[in-house]
Amino acid sequence: MRKVVVLGATKGMGRAVARRLTERGDALFLLGHEADDLNASARDLEVRGGRGAGSIGTATCDLERPEGFAAALEAADAALGGFDTVVVTAGLFATQDRLEAEPDFARRLLTADFANTVVFCEEARRRLLAHGGGTLCVFSSVAGERGRKPVVLYGAAKAGLTHYLEGIDHKFHDMGLRVICVKPGFVRTGMTAGLPVPPFAGEPDGVARDVVRAIDRGRPVVYAPAIWRWIMLVIRMLPRFVMRKIGF
Amino acid sequence: MSGPKGETLSGWGRAPVVPGHEVRSEELALIADGRPLSRGLGRSYGDSSLPAPRDLEVVSTVLADRMLSFDAASGVLRAEAGLSLDDIYRLFLPRGWFVPVTPGTKFVTLGGMVAADVHGKNHHKFGCFGAHVTELKLRVADGRVVTCSPTIERDLFRATIGGMGLTGHILEVAFKMVPVPSPWIWQESERMPNIEAFVAGLKAASADWPMTAGWIDCLSRGRNMGRGILLKGRWATAAEAPARPPRPKRRFTIPFDFPQFVLGPLSIRAFNTLFYWKHIPRVRRAIVHPESTFYPLDMLWHWNRMYGRRGLTQHQCVLPNEAGAGAARRFLEVLVARGGASFLCVIKDCGPEGVGMLSFPRPGISIALDIAVRKDTPALIDALNECVIKEGGRIYLAKDAFTRAEHFRAMEPRLEAFQRVRRIWDPDGKLRSAQSVRLFGDHP
Repeated sequence: MRKVVVLGATKGMGRAVARRLTERGDALFLLGHEADDLNASARDLEVRGGRGAGSIGTATCDLERPEGFAAALEAADAALGGFDTVVVTAGLFATQDRLEAEPDFARRLLTADFANTVVFCEEARRRLLAHGGGTLCVFSSVAGERGRKPVVLYGAAKAGLTHYLEGIDHKFHDMGLRVICVKPGFVRTGMTAGLPVPPFAGEPDGVARDVVRAIDRGRPVVYAPAIWRWIMLVIRMLPRFVMRKIGF
Repeated sequence: MSGPKGETLSGWGRAPVVPGHEVRSEELALIADGRPLSRGLGRSYGDSSLPAPRDLEVVSTVLADRMLSFDAASGVLRAEAGLSLDDIYRLFLPRGWFVPVTPGTKFVTLGGMVAADVHGKNHHKFGCFGAHVTELKLRVADGRVVTCSPTIERDLFRATIGGMGLTGHILEVAFKMVPVPSPWIWQESERMPNIEAFVAGLKAASADWPMTAGWIDCLSRGRNMGRGILLKGRWATAAEAPARPPRPKRRFTIPFDFPQFVLGPLSIRAFNTLFYWKHIPRVRRAIVHPESTFYPLDMLWHWNRMYGRRGLTQHQCVLPNEAGAGAARRFLEVLVARGGASFLCVIKDCGPEGVGMLSFPRPGISIALDIAVRKDTPALIDALNECVIKEGGRIYLAKDAFTRAEHFRAMEPRLEAFQRVRRIWDPDGKLRSAQSVRLFGDHP
């Protein structure tokens, strides 16, 4: 049985991952930025896991307020009696058009999705290593694979995050840290609602199944749905003059 | 947040197909703001869950699927409207709990089950799903979130049960689950030589069996008209049931649209004859898998593709007891005379009317026909509906795509009272569907 802290379990893929974990009997603690929403999700996970009301704890933790990270993880540590797995799915998202039109929001997104996520991971990593290691599973994106027109800014933040995750994997693997970098392709969640749905779009529960398997096996990189590994391989190999022409 | 160009929506029957876009979010109350209709998993056959012409956007509830509480003492489960019956089946049946009433597929949402006030094989004992709903939370047309129940805002509650989502956006549903002795079903099936024997068999079985329904070979004529297999079931006791839990059934995918001849009259006749005569001996008894009993078609993923690109419709009517024992035969005669071949024809006796103002069932015999859409389908539906009107029956809105407004009014003296309640909660007519424009006279 794992003891898992999830940042971002109230929505989308994080919700689906948390459900798979509770249904198989893992202990959970939820972090998120809105208390009522966290409570509703905790109750959902308790009912699904067949546990008593109140058995899944929560604490508020806002990716835009890094000063609260340590306290949130401290609360999780106390409630779970030490945790061995941390899952981070939270993040901001907006279309490239919106980010170009709203520089303030672009700055917030770049800060939250890169700098603050890394700061959170550093805090989580330190705590995991202090207990002899554990698993840190973080949702990056296929958007970080290559600079592309529709995800210039969002993709830049995710590219930085992907690099950071690979770095700590190399540095701390021998000390018992397992780092899982999840790169979802297009997944039909609330985040992508309203965008045109491309071929090979995934559903949150399918991603969750792959992610839970990767956590158990300690696989460092997960594309979900799996076919995006090959799609991105092709994209990475396209010459620059082609990338300038296409809209993908 | 208008959808990408060229997007279309359709019900399970894939007829009609209309321009439209689903707005998805976990925050249902938020996206419901200003939108005319909510939609769940889209398993209603026709246009119940489709936007009216020019509306384009509907709310998708499927991401709002949290279970909010379960009280093992009372059996009450409270959940967001997008929760699927599949999740409830998967998580609760192994723990000895199940929904009191289930439709023939588990790929429906709680909100959809309330909106269509679904019924199942146990209607004669348990009524519709709405009979077990203890409370609803709705976002009504003016933006308020209203709680209603059998005792609070009773009119709104009664109009919402079976109200096809037209009274407000259903946000939360609380209902009573039932404890079951095992997850397995004890089933007895019996061959029935004709429609008269079938109707009598259903009535006789309803006293002793909590679940009854039958399959009819609707191409048989004359003396054999309405022959078929009657299924009777109950939950197996713990002593009868296998010790192991039922394993999830394997799922087969229909990969593409079948050409039209696949479900043509010839193949249907062959299938029906085989299916009828392979039931040897006349009566069989067995412990069966719950999915085989409740959701046989769920094992065929995308089975609507078998009906080809033009889609399918279902005609389901109830012929009241007052119409007499001959009503079912008279109805089948219309079908046979028109050459209407139906692959799946399901017969079931209904119990008393429930709380829903516009709910489908009433005491009598319900007949459901799957019909491949062809040029002459509207004429066939017209003929069937004229027979239903003559017998004093009515149709099930969740299946319908082709009924004429004047036929619907002739079947539904209850419509006016329902519309009155709607106008109280939605005086400006903000909530509507393609179906309510087609049948209720709502303004597009």
